[in-house]
Amino acid sequence: MDHLLVAENVTKKFGDFTALNNVSLQIPKGSIFGLLGPNGAGKTTFIRIINQITLPSEGRILLDGKPLQPNDIQHIGYLPEERGLYKSMKVGEQALYLAQLKGLSKAEAKARLKYWFERLNIEDWWDKKIQELSKGMAQKVQFVVTVLHNPKLLIFDEPFSGFDPVNANLIKDEILQLRKEGATILFSTHRMESVEELCDYMALIHKSNKLLDGKVTDIKRAYKSNTFEVGLESPDNELLRKELAATFLIKDASFKSINDDLKLRIQIEETASPNDLLMHLTSRAQVNYFVEVIPSVNDIFIKTVTGNA
Amino acid sequence: MRNLKLIIKREYLARVRNKTFVVMTFLSPLIFVGMIMLIAYLTSLNKSETRIVGVHDESGLFVSEFQDSEDVEFQDFSAITLDSAKDIVREKNLYGLLYVPQDSDSVEHLQFFAKEAPAFGFLTQIERTVADKLTGRELEARGVDVSAIRSAEASVKIEIQNFSGERTSKMSNYVKMFFGGAAGYLLMMFIIIYGNMVMRSVIEEKTNRIIEIIISSVKPLHLMLGKILGTSLAGITQFSIWVMLGGLLLFVVSSVLGVDISAAQGAQQQAASQISDSELQQLVIDIAKLPLLTLTLSFLVYFIGGYFLYSSIYAAIGAAVDNETDTQQFMFPVIIPLILGIYVGFFAVIENPHGTVSTIFSMVPLTSPIVMLMRIPFGVAWWELAISIFLLIITNAGIVWLAAKIYRVGILMYGKKPTYKELYKWLKY
Repeated sequence: MDHLLVAENVTKKFGDFTALNNVSLQIPKGSIFGLLGPNGAGKTTFIRIINQITLPSEGRILLDGKPLQPNDIQHIGYLPEERGLYKSMKVGEQALYLAQLKGLSKAEAKARLKYWFERLNIEDWWDKKIQELSKGMAQKVQFVVTVLHNPKLLIFDEPFSGFDPVNANLIKDEILQLRKEGATILFSTHRMESVEELCDYMALIHKSNKLLDGKVTDIKRAYKSNTFEVGLESPDNELLRKELAATFLIKDASFKSINDDLKLRIQIEETASPNDLLMHLTSRAQVNYFVEVIPSVNDIFIKTVTGNA
Repeated sequence: MRNLKLIIKREYLARVRNKTFVVMTFLSPLIFVGMIMLIAYLTSLNKSETRIVGVHDESGLFVSEFQDSEDVEFQDFSAITLDSAKDIVREKNLYGLLYVPQDSDSVEHLQFFAKEAPAFGFLTQIERTVADKLTGRELEARGVDVSAIRSAEASVKIEIQNFSGERTSKMSNYVKMFFGGAAGYLLMMFIIIYGNMVMRSVIEEKTNRIIEIIISSVKPLHLMLGKILGTSLAGITQFSIWVMLGGLLLFVVSSVLGVDISAAQGAQQQAASQISDSELQQLVIDIAKLPLLTLTLSFLVYFIGGYFLYSSIYAAIGAAVDNETDTQQFMFPVIIPLILGIYVGFFAVIENPHGTVSTIFSMVPLTSPIVMLMRIPFGVAWWELAISIFLLIITNAGIVWLAAKIYRVGILMYGKKPTYKELYKWLKY
């Protein structure tokens, strides 16, 4: 597979403190890659190394197969977690300045800004100062500045913090659109639901170490426990429960249903097939509900982190 | 390089467009000229007041010696008793009463009665008058011809020449002190004002949280240098406007109001009035004879070197802290060498421009920009200048490097007030 970014054994030490310990990652071209981890795990340090803000103590980063060069910042768009803008500078002027720092010519930057400001419906902010804008409005401007130079790699550190749901959705759609246009996106977050929703790939970093990485579907497959949630209707639910408990590992489950069902979580042998379970159940009761329990990223996260604690 | 230019431009515009900056730029010369006018006015007010002094001379020797002058008028109260003379002086609210006793032996014990302590200069003048008269009398009493002594008195004025035969005057020392002192003082002011500005602008970027966005595009070192350069350009702009506006205002106001500006500069005015034409010519020659080229060139070198040295320290301090109140603990070590430089300049250099203290302080890079600038008008050997500038450049490189390291780490640190120990640790990151 073609990888846009490859990290090889990256270690970063601050004095005696190891912020990243021998982390290797591959980010495929055109993917949305989620970098997960609790606060202080080392995500931001890793991202700063990609942005050449800090240098790794050991290891290296390859962008498009070549070691990172100072000029590569033109190909990277970075929205840091700690983000802000000059308060007393006008929006347009500021955006122009930041775009020029990324290597765009003034005319080019102006044209693209115009396009993006129209796209996000913020044209009339051009002459406003940042201090006149709300936090969410300022974040929109930051988003534009991040993507303006059409980078190959977009890095968002906690992108949705500070956005109201409407704007968060808007930004999410923009990110998906950018991916469609060919960008590769690296997401860093501790909010699992956004990974669930957006990411194709993920890596989990905990206490400076990478615990797992890969395709989200593969990871989920690896973590699934052959458990099914079922809703069963029978004349005597208690009897049915006892019967099933003798054959399977069962737990009570809770989900919404309109029937007066017996709700259970049933775990089967890894070698067993869901069809056998289903046949077993249909022979004894009416099956109103049958669904495989797929572990959420949150479950995986908690399981991995506590398992390694 | 392109980015550095962009940063310098932004920093310059951000400073120059700042409202406080604009107001200060145009208000300061007004305030400055206003102050000078006020002082000039007050001085002239002080001058126009004539002091009336009563004299009760029981010996009758001195009354005629006290000549009325522009600011002192003597009134003879010898005819009445001392007590009534005192009463009159008190009632009429005169400046005071000078009492010369009858007895010529105790004539040294003159007494001056007054409500408030008299001016020092006034007393010295009276004492001199009386002493002259007494000396004359004493000489006559011993059979010495006073007029013969007067005619025999020689007036001596030492003419200073250096070995190559150039003539100088005592004035030239003042000229040298003035030029050196002005240059050193100007540099110190510039460092403090604009160094602080650099520091505040670093803190602002930290508190705005824009810093990480910027350093994902440019190197922290470039940002720091751009900031220092942009701010110094703004500073030079402000200084130039001050000089031009100040000069213009001073000229306009003084010609409109007809106030004698030189009256404000009391001591210099006195000195000036004593200068004869030939001395004035000498003054011009003295100024022309200053090592003007060396002075200008080294002013530029030390100005740039000193400013860079200090403002990179200021930038590092700004990066290390979260807000301005936390800067105090780091400011002290910055201000100390500056003040030391000025004090050494104004005391040691003027006393002995080429003494050990002056020489050492003009070599140590933290004080050399100020002290050496003060020494240069007195003539400094080229090799001393070379060593001093060499040390300054080396130190500059070192300090900028250190500051850049602290800066690079500091701008991304939030929340805690760092200690010196931590700063040292940052150097190794």
